[in-house]
Amino acid sequence: MTAMIHAEGVRKTYGHLEVLRGIDLTVAPGEVCCLLGPSGSGKSTFLRCVNHLETVTAGQLRVDGELVGYRRRGEKLHELRPSEIAARRRDIGMVFQRFNLFPHLTALGNVMEAPVRVLGETRAAARERARALLDRVGLADKADAYPAMLSGGQQQRVAIARALAMRPKLMLFDEPTSALDPELVGEVLDVMRALAADGMTMLVVTHEMGFAREVADTVVFMDGGVVVESGTPAQVLGDPQHDRTRAFLAKVL
Amino acid sequence: MTSPNRPLKAVPVRHYGRWAAAAAVLALAYLYATTVLASPNLEPATIGRYLFKDYVLDGVRTTLLLTALSMAFGIAGGILLAVMRLSANPVLRVVAAAFVWFFRGTPLLVQIVFFGFLGALIPRLTITVPFTDLVVFDQPTNAVMIGIVPAVLALSFNEMAYAAEIVRAGILAVDPGQTEAAYALGMTPALSMRRIVLPQAMRVIAPPMGNEVITMLKSTSLVSVIAGRDLMTAVQTVYAENYKVIPLLCVAAIWYLALVSALSVLQYFIERRFGRGQRAVGGVR
Repeated sequence: MTAMIHAEGVRKTYGHLEVLRGIDLTVAPGEVCCLLGPSGSGKSTFLRCVNHLETVTAGQLRVDGELVGYRRRGEKLHELRPSEIAARRRDIGMVFQRFNLFPHLTALGNVMEAPVRVLGETRAAARERARALLDRVGLADKADAYPAMLSGGQQQRVAIARALAMRPKLMLFDEPTSALDPELVGEVLDVMRALAADGMTMLVVTHEMGFAREVADTVVFMDGGVVVESGTPAQVLGDPQHDRTRAFLAKVL
Repeated sequence: MTSPNRPLKAVPVRHYGRWAAAAAVLALAYLYATTVLASPNLEPATIGRYLFKDYVLDGVRTTLLLTALSMAFGIAGGILLAVMRLSANPVLRVVAAAFVWFFRGTPLLVQIVFFGFLGALIPRLTITVPFTDLVVFDQPTNAVMIGIVPAVLALSFNEMAYAAEIVRAGILAVDPGQTEAAYALGMTPALSMRRIVLPQAMRVIAPPMGNEVITMLKSTSLVSVIAGRDLMTAVQTVYAENYKVIPLLCVAAIWYLALVSALSVLQYFIERRFGRGQRAVGGVR
């Protein structure tokens, strides 16, 4: 079976700053993988590399068997055109820490926009599915509300519905609950839990240890741009092998 | 003694400054009335007689047409130039920057006269397909540059340069996270610009662009130097004959003021429309 995400020696540098220093990581279809680690460890950068919001400096990164950002012809790598990059991103949903909902569109408009404009669905079909998706995240009654009228937790749930509207085969979550008031975290995690139960492949950068322990199939601990250790939640969270992992867990648990 | 249910009685603060200001204004108003309004050369009756004359109304129509056309071309070209300046293509960036540099760097009056006398620089406008003998277009310049054409060209080109800077500022004011979210949904850069970034930039663009429309309405008076058939040209033609300079300038001033007032009302509604969804009722952003 082809891995959904397959990273081999992925590096990312900004000038002299090495943010990723050789990441090896594999996520199988249907797997939920949580990336943990202190801030500045490179986990968000790696997540952004997966849908080419950041370009990889060295190494190989494949999503569903296809190289991210490049095409191999014989021995040579060719950069993809912007339209080809956009086409690859269609199958990868992304949820941001700050929601990034489109403030000039209603909740329904946010969810409908990409299916209509990118996939060419009819407005009627897209609207029907958008309503169903808002219902699925518990916001059927907020379809006509603009983002500014919604709480953080509601905005993030709309953002998840917006990503799901593209029928992605992979969902990326970049600290989806970090910008939320504590009492709103639960409603977003509930939606993500349901999504995982439905078999969605998910790569989640998070500080929610409870969620990682309960939902993740794999937990990857990163520090200083490398994977320090990975395994099942029981292994990494319950019986960490490395001092750095232990030090981090001692601080957050 | 004060009872809790009775309103407090207190001597209010005396605003002596307001009395002083009112006195000063009255004095100035008296001076104005005795010098300007009482001047025998103001001739209110003459103003009234010319205010709705056919050729004055024609001038008003041309002024409005010049404003509308020049702003339409100016905004369309301005958006194009702004996107070019923010493009990844270095050729487009340099061309847009050079255009803005030139048309913002020379006076509008010079540009208007220049377009008015374009025939003196380029006698014939000819477009051919390079390296062939095919002629796509060939006309004497003065046959093309008729009526309001040179005026519209000068005003539009000048406006494009300013509009480009306003649109660019508007685009840069949109949170980069919006573009990322659009990209993550599989949008191409062009689609993201059109559907996500520009609509949000409009909120920032609309107020200064309203100012531009008002400035443009008044700037059209400059085309009177190339006989632009606008309101200013109309009143100038009249006072060149009858020497009633002041009353006719008042006619022009009254019309400009009335049109700008109408535009200000329009601007209010346009800004409200583009502010849609932005009045936060709590939550982030």
